Amino acid sequence: MSFIDKQARSLLLTEIVTGLATTFRYMFKTKATINYPYEKGPLSPRFRGEHVLRRYPNGEERCIACKLCEAACPALAITIEAEPRGDDGSRRTTRYDIDMTKCIYCGFCQEACPVDAIVQGPNFEFATETREELFYDKEKLLDNGDRWEQEIAQNLVADAAYR
Amino acid sequence: MAEFWDIYALPTIIIVGQILLIVVPLLVAVAYLTLYERKVMAVMQLRKGPNVVGPFGLLQPLADGAKLFFKETVVPTGANKILFLLAPMVTFILSLIAWAVIPFDEGMVLADINVGGLYLFAISSLGVYGIIIAGWASNSRYPFLGALRSAAQMVSYEVSIGFVIVTVLLCAGTLNLSGVVLSQKGDLGMLNWWFVPLFPMFIIFFISILAETNRHPFDLPEAEAELVAGYQTEYSSMAFALFFLGEYANMILMSGICTILFLGGWLPPADIAPFTWIPGVVWFGIKVAILLFVFIWVRATLPRYRYDQLMRLGWKVFLPFSLLWVVLTAGFLVFFDMVPA
Repeated sequence: MSFIDKQARSLLLTEIVTGLATTFRYMFKTKATINYPYEKGPLSPRFRGEHVLRRYPNGEERCIACKLCEAACPALAITIEAEPRGDDGSRRTTRYDIDMTKCIYCGFCQEACPVDAIVQGPNFEFATETREELFYDKEKLLDNGDRWEQEIAQNLVADAAYR
Repeated sequence: MAEFWDIYALPTIIIVGQILLIVVPLLVAVAYLTLYERKVMAVMQLRKGPNVVGPFGLLQPLADGAKLFFKETVVPTGANKILFLLAPMVTFILSLIAWAVIPFDEGMVLADINVGGLYLFAISSLGVYGIIIAGWASNSRYPFLGALRSAAQMVSYEVSIGFVIVTVLLCAGTLNLSGVVLSQKGDLGMLNWWFVPLFPMFIIFFISILAETNRHPFDLPEAEAELVAGYQTEYSSMAFALFFLGEYANMILMSGICTILFLGGWLPPADIAPFTWIPGVVWFGIKVAILLFVFIWVRATLPRYRYDQLMRLGWKVFLPFSLLWVVLTAGFLVFFDMVPA
């Protein structure tokens, strides 16, 4: 009996017809495609994108040159040099470089930072035409911080409950 | 001089005009078939498909064509140059000349010959040559293997296609393709078309033309995973484009033949008012478009057959089955005295 059943099924192409029906149903489903440069998918507040160096609201840079991020970095992408600042003698970085070509976007620098100075923001569209442009220095990072401060502050608040 | 004009020049101009009238829309159709395929596949895979070049991506085929046109034709060092360049032309031309006997509407056919069925069969058999020559002349492994596979496949499935055509011709009682279409005219409209009484043959014919045109799930000659691109591997630029055009023109041609044999050619689905207002050419086009949709639908659904499965299906299933049906149909026609005059 099972022989007849099997033969009848293969002769009537049941499997193929079922498959065709499935693909036909899929024609009417919502498309997964988004029109990328104009439309973007949602990002988690924890998204680890391009790095920024943040400032306090009064304009003072947060980084205290503790070098914890440099120590935490598994890819050795961060280089920091520090000395007491001239006018008030506070400890500040004189150099804060991140080699974005080495960075593996693990987020350890952000975890290590005691003052939330180095943070990975929501920006992931920072492709450049030359490799050299990806060697970020302190100026570039602070500039990023000023540009993305609003989003980053919101993300930190949104994510604080889970930390 | 007047005699020369009347006897030679004028008919030549008319024939060339008719040929252009078939070939130009055909090439446009081929170009848009690629877009049709990409769109339908995309929709079935939850994507949107090309939509950037022009409104709804309608200019995409032109962009692709222009791209291919400006590429460099590379001829491999070890290739037989003459045959290498001849192969795509053979494929392309063979896919075009078959259209001479396809009736688009009553009387709208370039050559209304009485052996249209045989002519089509002869031309589609010759199609193997383009591929064999390409595989041989490329002097390279993958094209050679692809060509061998393709030849074996096309020859195997042509046998069952032949038997299917014979069955239809037995019922129609003529080899003239317009005659075949007219034999499907009747009071029942759609139910008079040959796909109703000969439904199993219709299915066999459709699956066989999938194999004949090297389409999924029988696209072994160009199985990317094993053969790179099969017999097209060494081709680039316009030579590749000719293969591509030939292949897609063949798809349209085969759908056209299927329409003529089984789906009533240019006949409307019912002989009543709103259907008869639409001209026959449009009905023909709609039917071909539906069949092409099924081509693409099958491609989006089924994985590729294994080579031995392909051969088993062709020789051990389709051949005996279609042969049996030829005998049954012929016996039926004789027994009930229904042989068409």
